[in-house]
Amino acid sequence: MKKFVWFVLTLALVLSACAAPAAEEASAAEAPAATEAPAEAPAATEAPAATEAPMAEPFRVAVVMPSATTDLAFGQSMYDALVRVQEEMGAENFEFVYSEGMFVVDDAAAAIRDYATQGFDLVIAHGSQYGSSLQEIAPDFPETSFAWGTTVDTFGEPNIFAYEALSQEGGYVNGVLAAKLSASKVIGVVGPIETGDAKLYVDGFKAGVAATDPAIQVNVNYIGSFSDVALASEAATTHIAAGADVLTGSAQMVVGAIGKAEEANALWFGTQSNQASLAPSIVVASQVYHWEVMLTEMIGLIEEGTLGGQSFSANLANGGQVIEFNDGYALPEDAKALADETIKGIVDGTITITLP
Amino acid sequence: MISDLFSVTVLVGILASGIRLSTPYLFAAIGETFGQKSGVLNLGVEGQMLLGAFAAFYVALSTGNLWLGLLTAIIVGALMGLAMAYVTVNLHAEQGISGIGFYLFGLGMSDLLFQKLMGTVETVKGFPKLYIPVLSDIPYLGEIFFQQNILVYFAYLLVPVAWFVLNKTTLGLKIRSVGENPDAADSLGVSVARVRYFTIILGGTLSGIAGASMSIALLNVFQQNMTSGLGFIAVALVYFGAWRPIGVLGGALLFSLINSLQLWIQVLSIPIPSDLAVMMPYVVTILVLVATVSKVRAPSALSKAFERGD
Repeated sequence: MKKFVWFVLTLALVLSACAAPAAEEASAAEAPAATEAPAEAPAATEAPAATEAPMAEPFRVAVVMPSATTDLAFGQSMYDALVRVQEEMGAENFEFVYSEGMFVVDDAAAAIRDYATQGFDLVIAHGSQYGSSLQEIAPDFPETSFAWGTTVDTFGEPNIFAYEALSQEGGYVNGVLAAKLSASKVIGVVGPIETGDAKLYVDGFKAGVAATDPAIQVNVNYIGSFSDVALASEAATTHIAAGADVLTGSAQMVVGAIGKAEEANALWFGTQSNQASLAPSIVVASQVYHWEVMLTEMIGLIEEGTLGGQSFSANLANGGQVIEFNDGYALPEDAKALADETIKGIVDGTITITLP
Repeated sequence: MISDLFSVTVLVGILASGIRLSTPYLFAAIGETFGQKSGVLNLGVEGQMLLGAFAAFYVALSTGNLWLGLLTAIIVGALMGLAMAYVTVNLHAEQGISGIGFYLFGLGMSDLLFQKLMGTVETVKGFPKLYIPVLSDIPYLGEIFFQQNILVYFAYLLVPVAWFVLNKTTLGLKIRSVGENPDAADSLGVSVARVRYFTIILGGTLSGIAGASMSIALLNVFQQNMTSGLGFIAVALVYFGAWRPIGVLGGALLFSLINSLQLWIQVLSIPIPSDLAVMMPYVVTILVLVATVSKVRAPSALSKAFERGD
């Protein structure tokens, strides 16, 4: 009997721990009570076109993501974008909440459904692994708009937006610059799993290096995990032992690898989020996702009554991707010029990136 | 190319990184060996490691003192061990389930503290490489064994010490007897509860150090869930090593060496798909386990709560 009681108590502990990464309010601003409805409210059955008056209710977004909002990578890129949208629209007009650490897809699906039930205007499933869950959930909430990425697939649902990043573009720019700066002619890449966004970035990076100096050897290492910091860091050490003097890598487990690059005084190129803060002396540039470009478009569409059915690509041309140079690193003038030229070439289409 | 694997640089690289990678496994798995030898299965290792890793990192970051960081990790690990001991020894809780509870507690708590106290990933200057005089100058061997950070040496010193304590001391005899036949041990005046408290707290302490070895010696960062399953592999290594410190060392080294081998295979562009390369350490470990089915059986009282007069 005693055993059973303890079993139940422990189970309760386990369950409460599971529930711990629950939603956190990012904005304390409560919706101003909608007492001051616009005068023409009774007639406003259709969405009023181009109202200059402030919205009666804030636009509410919920996001579910696998890693953390502070991962200096994929999760943070979305969090930072939401903060920027909020700065743009004002805290009284835009609120967002998030659930992070949702590596378990089932938990994420439950969170997505909860948010939809609570009547959020837009629910973002920030992880390609959430796709099939979303496909099931979205039809149950035809009034709610959903977005998921990174992908181009909206499943043909009228209330799903898809978003992706053309990471090969920033990867290409980083690759060109890496080739320019490498003295040992060996460059190392630490990747997570050979798929999706990471693969695009790595392939773009390799293409950039090859276009600049075909003699350079690019060694690529996929460690098979998005979270194994220890193995990513050892992979960086391995690259350095193999002669690499410039490194790059994708996903949140590279934070350890950046430290190893710093110890060996090798250069680092970042992606997804600005990683200069981790090693200010060796991070040359980071490709940063500015999802707010996509989010603003989606919000505009939703307010006009279009809840989904479109896909968006973050790229250098539309500002959804930005190469952020680290001021702490003294980049030679000619290298900076080459990078700017490459960005310009990609934007105006004179440079086309061929992926394998 | 395959032949590239046999150059001196590569072989030295593989061995040196194998030694480094095995460090946290050794601390955690040796600690777990003590617990299991006394009949307690602790599945909370991963949580203890995460809290230890965070405690060490945060204290090292805010005070700049690595030793203070290590000490904090030891205290945090010991406290986690104490709680685990109370739950399993005094309250007779099911060990597997409560262990998972402790794991989730450590996972959630380290994440919460990280968010509240730091908020973003930062780095510290961890324990530097310690060149052992004379020995570190030996060609190749010096680079592999004697140019590591101090916690790596501690981990390897721990193996003979653990072997000695378990096999050559009265304390070791008590631990083993409590794990094999707690009733008999009890009847001879050995306090089952005290022995188990000791081994579980020791296990927690070593798990805390394992976490610290990652956050302030090998990686020098803290990130949510940075151990990423390493603590569970450490529990598996205890079975692999047949509850002997030397066997645990063999398992940890085998697993880590194959892991560093696969890193090099990819770096040298040997045409094996990365997915297969990543699988190698696990496949080889399973194969070795199958091939050398050990005659050593688990401690008889493993994962059984002890109640006098049962």
